[in-house]
Amino acid sequence: MLRFLTRRVLGAIVILLAITAVTYFLFFVLPSDPARLACGKNCSNPDVVKAIHHRMGLDLPVYQQYWDYIRGIFVGRHMPDGQNCPAPCFGFSFVNDQPIWPTLTDRYPTTLSLAVGGSAAFLVIGVGLGMLSAWQQGKTFDRVASSISLVGNSVQIYFIGPLAIALFADNLGWLDHGHDPTWGSDPTGSFSGLVLPCLVMSVIFWSNYSRQTRSLMVEQLAEDHIRTARAKGMSSRYVFFRYALRGAAASIITIFGIDLGSVFGGAIITEATFGLHGLGTLAVNAVLGLDLPMEMAVMIFSASAIVIFNILVDTAYAIIDPRIRLS
Amino acid sequence: MTILTKPEAEPVPQGSEHFLSVRDLYVQFATEDGTVKAVDGLSFDLDRGKTLGIVGESGSGKSVTNMAILGLHNPRNTTIAGEIVLDGQELTGASPKTLEKLRGKKMSMVFQDSLTALSPYYTVGRQIAEPYMKHMGASKKEARDRAVEMLRRVGIPQPQTRVDDYPHQFSGGMRQRAMIAMALVCDPDLVIADEPTTALDVTVQAQILDLLKDLQQESGTSIILITHDLGVIAHTADDVVVMYAGRAVERGTVRDILKTPEHPYAWGLLGSIPRLSSSVDVPLAPIPGSPPSLLNPPPGCPFHTRCAFVDQVEGDRCRTERPVLPEGRGSACHLTADQKRDIFIEQIQPRLR
Amino acid sequence: MSEQTTLDKVPAPRPASGEKLLEVTGLQKYFPINGGFIFQRRVGDVRAVDGVDFHINAGESLGMVGESGCGKSTTGRLVTRLLEPTGGKVSYAGKDITHSSRKELAPIRSEIQMIFQDPYASLNPRQTVGSIIAGPMEINGINPTGGRERRVRELLEIVGLNPEHYNRFPHEFSGGQRQRIGVARALALDPKLIVADEPVSALDVSIQAQVVNLLQKVQQELGIAFLFIAHDLAIVRHFSQRIAVMYLGKIVEIGDRESIYGGPRHPYTHALLSSSPEADPDDDGRERIRLAGDVPSPINPPSGCRFRTRCWKAQDKCATEEPPLVRLGGNAEGHLTACHFPEEPTIEAREEDIVLDPALAAIEEAADETP
Repeated sequence: MLRFLTRRVLGAIVILLAITAVTYFLFFVLPSDPARLACGKNCSNPDVVKAIHHRMGLDLPVYQQYWDYIRGIFVGRHMPDGQNCPAPCFGFSFVNDQPIWPTLTDRYPTTLSLAVGGSAAFLVIGVGLGMLSAWQQGKTFDRVASSISLVGNSVQIYFIGPLAIALFADNLGWLDHGHDPTWGSDPTGSFSGLVLPCLVMSVIFWSNYSRQTRSLMVEQLAEDHIRTARAKGMSSRYVFFRYALRGAAASIITIFGIDLGSVFGGAIITEATFGLHGLGTLAVNAVLGLDLPMEMAVMIFSASAIVIFNILVDTAYAIIDPRIRLS
Repeated sequence: MTILTKPEAEPVPQGSEHFLSVRDLYVQFATEDGTVKAVDGLSFDLDRGKTLGIVGESGSGKSVTNMAILGLHNPRNTTIAGEIVLDGQELTGASPKTLEKLRGKKMSMVFQDSLTALSPYYTVGRQIAEPYMKHMGASKKEARDRAVEMLRRVGIPQPQTRVDDYPHQFSGGMRQRAMIAMALVCDPDLVIADEPTTALDVTVQAQILDLLKDLQQESGTSIILITHDLGVIAHTADDVVVMYAGRAVERGTVRDILKTPEHPYAWGLLGSIPRLSSSVDVPLAPIPGSPPSLLNPPPGCPFHTRCAFVDQVEGDRCRTERPVLPEGRGSACHLTADQKRDIFIEQIQPRLR
Repeated sequence: MSEQTTLDKVPAPRPASGEKLLEVTGLQKYFPINGGFIFQRRVGDVRAVDGVDFHINAGESLGMVGESGCGKSTTGRLVTRLLEPTGGKVSYAGKDITHSSRKELAPIRSEIQMIFQDPYASLNPRQTVGSIIAGPMEINGINPTGGRERRVRELLEIVGLNPEHYNRFPHEFSGGQRQRIGVARALALDPKLIVADEPVSALDVSIQAQVVNLLQKVQQELGIAFLFIAHDLAIVRHFSQRIAVMYLGKIVEIGDRESIYGGPRHPYTHALLSSSPEADPDDDGRERIRLAGDVPSPINPPSGCRFRTRCWKAQDKCATEEPPLVRLGGNAEGHLTACHFPEEPTIEAREEDIVLDPALAAIEEAADETP
């Protein structure tokens, strides 16, 4: 297991390096000159541009720039213009000249909370519904659930979000309007402020997970080893939860791993729908403002998050399936 | 099995002196295309400590029968009629709870493909220990010790360490041994082995078949051995039922079936397999055609579409009238006893040497 | 199904029998096992076939038996050049085809055909039977007199199928009939050698015999040589004039039918024969040998003689020195055995059974002590 984990972590580091390299060089070859973006109206004078180039380190060879950038993330750096940027250093925003990292740490809790909370919601609800359907296979519950999931499959966050706010927050008053979490100072408030956004975000995933879970469970229940377990007298309930669910869980986790990207996507749309301030709005503003360092940072940050979650998913998979762990 | 000297025309209802007694068993599946008559009026008996071989090709209903005995069919689309009496207890009408308590304890099963028939997610030891904990009320520790003991009995080297292995870490032969250990862990009175060696290599098959036989002599278990391979039953079964299209077409001791078979289908089966000692210059004598669909089984004798001796039966009886399998030794065929004997001696026996 | 179909419509290519059609020397196939972190590298090999020598004469059937992992199927695929050998030499009709390119192989491909085990997987479900059988002719640009369709109908008749079923699809046929389609496809190019890899083991017993008879008829009447690969010893004996016994990538014994089945010398051949189930309750005259455990992995095969880990006659020499495949004293010509301590050439029951399986030995010993 330790070996498995080391391999995964080493692999993840390589992948992250590759991602940073590709993004970095992608931005580098973009036709727009960052120096011109940074200097605004004063760019008519080529000497000014050259000075800015020097200040931003753009006159160095590209591999040197990349190396400085990566090093900066780990040990911090002194920018060529003498500004100090402590680790982890992602440079300074072109738009307001502020260091990137504090802005990121300010924003990511919202997105991360949404992603984690939303995932928890749709896994519990979706997988639970799917299991119930499989247990009641062919009966009324199963049929009703599968019709509902067809409807659920076609809704969008920005459509049900406002509806849910109007119904549950404004009219019924059951749930808080969504607001940004401040876990350090107000954990309960943060939680209640996330319930509605997380539930709304989870809706788009429910139907898929309930249908997948149902068919995986039905498939598992038809497996030979289920028949063996029943042949040795284990009860239907035991067989369902211990044997079939274990097999289905492995596949559900795989599907979840593939969905991680869309989960972050969903979190970003949810932020916008509920007017929250997370990485999504940050990224959108960075793109609109041509704030390259910020775009880079958000990209690297979300890529790292997805890679880390992927390791967690792989680990969970290895725990469930000994064939992965022991070969 | 009682061997009657005179075959009778009608089945005689027997008392329950047999350990397992199956009477007029019908198993039907509802499918989109119609009703599949998987088992169509099957009767047989099995005594304590004996082995019954059920021989048939795919679709003959041999596996379905045994799923019905264990109550493992899908109740949603399966109808079962008839009588299954195990040690005085009627099983076809028994509640799911009752069957659950019998399964694994009084009757257990060894399946064909040990890679798919064992769960990949739990250790071999746990899978063996589970029924022991459930049926015997044993603690985790006791059940684990029992699992080690069972693995040792079936010949797994280093059972104390292998008990914690997962099925994929075992070889095919070892997995099949583990499956046997699992079936025997609660000392059941009846073990149903469904093609237990079909997926194995010949040298391993021989080991496993001998192991089943040796363990049976030790414990006095009754065994139903389901197979398509007449060679497998030759040294393991006491009695044999030959099934075709959901019906038993012939029944007798293993010697009866292999040495003096009466039913044209049994002749065909024997004529289809070469022997290590038979003449290589004589071509095999296959059965023409292929088995009938169980959705629309032919009327009369289900074998008449492939039978070479239909003309020797008076009238159109093979096509219209279903032949009855007498109790005890006998075959479900309209040929007279004399005809059967003559045809066998003159046409069939010479080919089998 | 007409078992009595005559084959007179086929122009029989009859190569002079007795001459070597296929010769294989030192044939090897290693499948690399890749592993390692990020950069895959070769960490080992599955030695599927590891130095195999045999030949097949024109018109002759060579049977190849052995258990799973012995390399018999891989050998079949090497001979047909569906796989490229790692080492050794394959020559067909005197021509070295070991590493021939697709182009060089083209004329030979039509002469060596293959029949596969699974009649369900080896036929394209979207093609009609007619186009499946005509496929090889189209690919090789062969236009038989009377047209391809007529030839296909002839072939269907030869293999005992209704020629009118030309336009049907594979799913409309039963397993046995599909295997007949496979045979017809193999015959379409008048091959001189057919490699049949477990051609009947997926079929029901009663259907097996139909296909075996068909293949035998094809072999005898058309003079086609066969490499007949199967695990069923009785069927191989029935079909083949000579038999090779394989174990873990090597031929341990090869010889004519009578020698292998009547007077085997290699302990493994004895064990195989003794394990083969016979539908006869009275065959107690056969020796009883029960090995222990399964076949070892071909990734790290035992040193020296590969069978030594399961052999009751193994001594130190067997671990250090690999026994050559040679003709032993008293053996018929062409009967070669790779063993340092060969068995007597008889399969009669011994005074004492050889039971190496620990579970069997324990139970049987206990039973002997308390009768």
